[in-house]
Amino acid sequence: MPKVTIDDISIEVPEGTTILEAARMIGGDIVPPAMCYYSHLQGTGGYCRTCIVQVTQGSEKDPRPMPKPVASCRTTVMDGMVVKNTTSPELLEARAGVVEFLLINHPLDCPVCDQAGECHLQDLGYDHGKLETRSEFPRREFEPIDIGPHIKLHMNRCILCYRCVKVADQLTDGRCHGVISRGEASEISTYIEQAIDNDFSGNMIDVCPVGALTDRTFRFKSRVWYTKPVDAHRDCPTCSGKVRLWFQGDDVIRVTSRKDEYGEVTTGPEGNPEWICNTCRFDTKSVHDWEIEGPSHIQRQSVISANHYESLKALKVTTERMYDANPHGTKVDLGEGALDPNNESK
Amino acid sequence: MSAKILLALDHIEGIASLPVYAQHGGYAVLKKVLSDISPQQVVEEVKISGLRGRGGAGFPTGLKWSFLARPEGVPRYLVCNADESEPGTFKDRYLMERNPHLMIEGMIISSYGLGANTAYIYIRGEYFYIARILEKAIKEAYAAGYLGKNILNSGFDLDLHVHVGAGAYICGEETALLESLEGKRGNPRIKPPFPAVQGLYNCPTVVNNSETLAAVVPILDKGGAAYAAIGIGKSTGTKLISASGHINRPGVYEIELGIPVEEFIYSDEYCGGIRNGKKLKAVVAGGSSVPILPADLILKTAEGAPRLMSYESLAEGGFQTGTMMGSGGFIVMDEDTSIVKNLYTFARFYHHESCGQCSPCREGTGWMERILHKILDGHGSITDIDLLWDIQKNIDGKTICPLGEAAAWPVASAIRHFRSEFEEYVLNPHLIEDVKHYYRLQTT
Repeated sequence: MPKVTIDDISIEVPEGTTILEAARMIGGDIVPPAMCYYSHLQGTGGYCRTCIVQVTQGSEKDPRPMPKPVASCRTTVMDGMVVKNTTSPELLEARAGVVEFLLINHPLDCPVCDQAGECHLQDLGYDHGKLETRSEFPRREFEPIDIGPHIKLHMNRCILCYRCVKVADQLTDGRCHGVISRGEASEISTYIEQAIDNDFSGNMIDVCPVGALTDRTFRFKSRVWYTKPVDAHRDCPTCSGKVRLWFQGDDVIRVTSRKDEYGEVTTGPEGNPEWICNTCRFDTKSVHDWEIEGPSHIQRQSVISANHYESLKALKVTTERMYDANPHGTKVDLGEGALDPNNESK
Repeated sequence: MSAKILLALDHIEGIASLPVYAQHGGYAVLKKVLSDISPQQVVEEVKISGLRGRGGAGFPTGLKWSFLARPEGVPRYLVCNADESEPGTFKDRYLMERNPHLMIEGMIISSYGLGANTAYIYIRGEYFYIARILEKAIKEAYAAGYLGKNILNSGFDLDLHVHVGAGAYICGEETALLESLEGKRGNPRIKPPFPAVQGLYNCPTVVNNSETLAAVVPILDKGGAAYAAIGIGKSTGTKLISASGHINRPGVYEIELGIPVEEFIYSDEYCGGIRNGKKLKAVVAGGSSVPILPADLILKTAEGAPRLMSYESLAEGGFQTGTMMGSGGFIVMDEDTSIVKNLYTFARFYHHESCGQCSPCREGTGWMERILHKILDGHGSITDIDLLWDIQKNIDGKTICPLGEAAAWPVASAIRHFRSEFEEYVLNPHLIEDVKHYYRLQTT
């Protein structure tokens, strides 16, 4: 198995693993950010260039460094490869340059954007962006449009990651949207006034790293950090049925798929990504439809975890109330010490 | 004495038709190759010849051919890149317009060497009339038995197709060309895999420039060693140079690699000196994307040695004081030329032609164009020059395909060598004239 060293941490990975995947196996701060790569979708990655890393040693056999930064999501590791990510100041500078490019035409309308709080571009901007913009030219502007009964497209916010195109290609039958025009004028568009209407089209919203594709049934209902995510499932004939319910009070105001720490759909027991169908996402928004499993685990750095709801007693009451409302559901055991607000481990 | 190999026959009346071409020794090399020489020997001869890709990168052709994967039962393809879209380059146009059979013969020999049974000529949309010339020539070649099944009873089959592109610069990049040939949007693919392993329709493919493929004929005619004897060092053979700009005799010239740049500009045999007796200011030596060099650096290297028309000599000194051979688009500028205006034209071109796949190129090319427009408009500031420098640095080397670099290098070199001129524009806005003209030119 090839051995790769990323930021002075070595790991042995299976043949054919990309640098990004190897970094994710190590985990932590050394994982390069990725805006367009999505592990469950074929052929993604390589477009946004935020995951670039410096390869200072190509392999054991050919120790020459690679002359340019490479996209870690599309470069496979070689035995003896040495990669620098956060330990190379030049590389971080270069990445800041890429982030700057992504932001010069982005409207920065986070205060009115539904994605705010779970937006990857927001995180990327905080982690790698600069404080001030150097661009003084008008931004590229488009009108928001409905691209089907469930999805709203804000092309202004789009970073052209192509993820939604790949979802439509690989998950739904008969893709009717894609990228039209060239260069700076490129935009996501449906094929001549067609609407996207497909059982799995809702997953386009989940893969969108920014607020370009938003859920029309959830738009402007609430900021995400005022909602409480709870994992739940139901017997669904079309999909895995494993979802995340977002509660406001006792009402489910949004249903999404479950996501891991990299914002990607979680992997099921058989290694299959747990995409969800539009029925689960848009049409089953009553607590009675679902078997509640318990509060979702949210990453510590997320604004959503600012509620610390996982360890709040009040929530315990809420879940119990849910249990009363849905006696077929499983009662949640939060575990020892979970109710202690000072317990950091949960 | 100019070494005429590729253009040896181009003055003959009617050379574009097969009978005349055959009269002057046309397809004799093909007959010889098919009867006497094995495919491996063809590749070997090209390797010996030291022929390098004439499209811009200068990668050794024989080496490229030897990378071609040869799995059993999978077809291989040869694609001729005739999407000559680099501003300042027009050599393939001349070659194909005058003597289409030379390139077709080269393609048949190359296909035989590579074991490809289908070959394509991808030609840019603006060359539709050349596509007609090529189609006519291909028809003649089919009729004469040089194409089709069992060519000259050798058992080798080849079908040759002409595909007309829609006029995008990006389709000159080999993987974007293959996408376009497959009928998709012309977006470059992410490498690896390289076309030699997974190219057209996921099959092993070799993509070569028209001039490279035409050069295969003289190589197989006289032998690789004889071809390697022409030229200097690793720059073997002859190269077509498209000379344009402020010179007395613009046009396509075939030069033996290794002649001094000074001779090329001032000799009456080639460019014939600067127009109207003006002084030389700068030269873009290999098509718009290579770094521009001021007069003193193009005539002599930083060490003071005379600069030669060869891959190595032009690149001497790296990008600090050197440039690149590129595709041979030799653009000469006299003392009255504004480097900033010229750069704006280049930047506008690359902005317009960016495919929009990867962020640095999509966003950066437009940004650079706007800043240059602002400077030309008289609203620039000194920090804008530094910003331009930063933007080009952030694009360079971070894109999927070389278009990003092609957009960044002219900006970098213009600022590196002509910074004072930018400052003059910024500090003396009242001197700026002709700005309205550039408004009109702006397309977006």
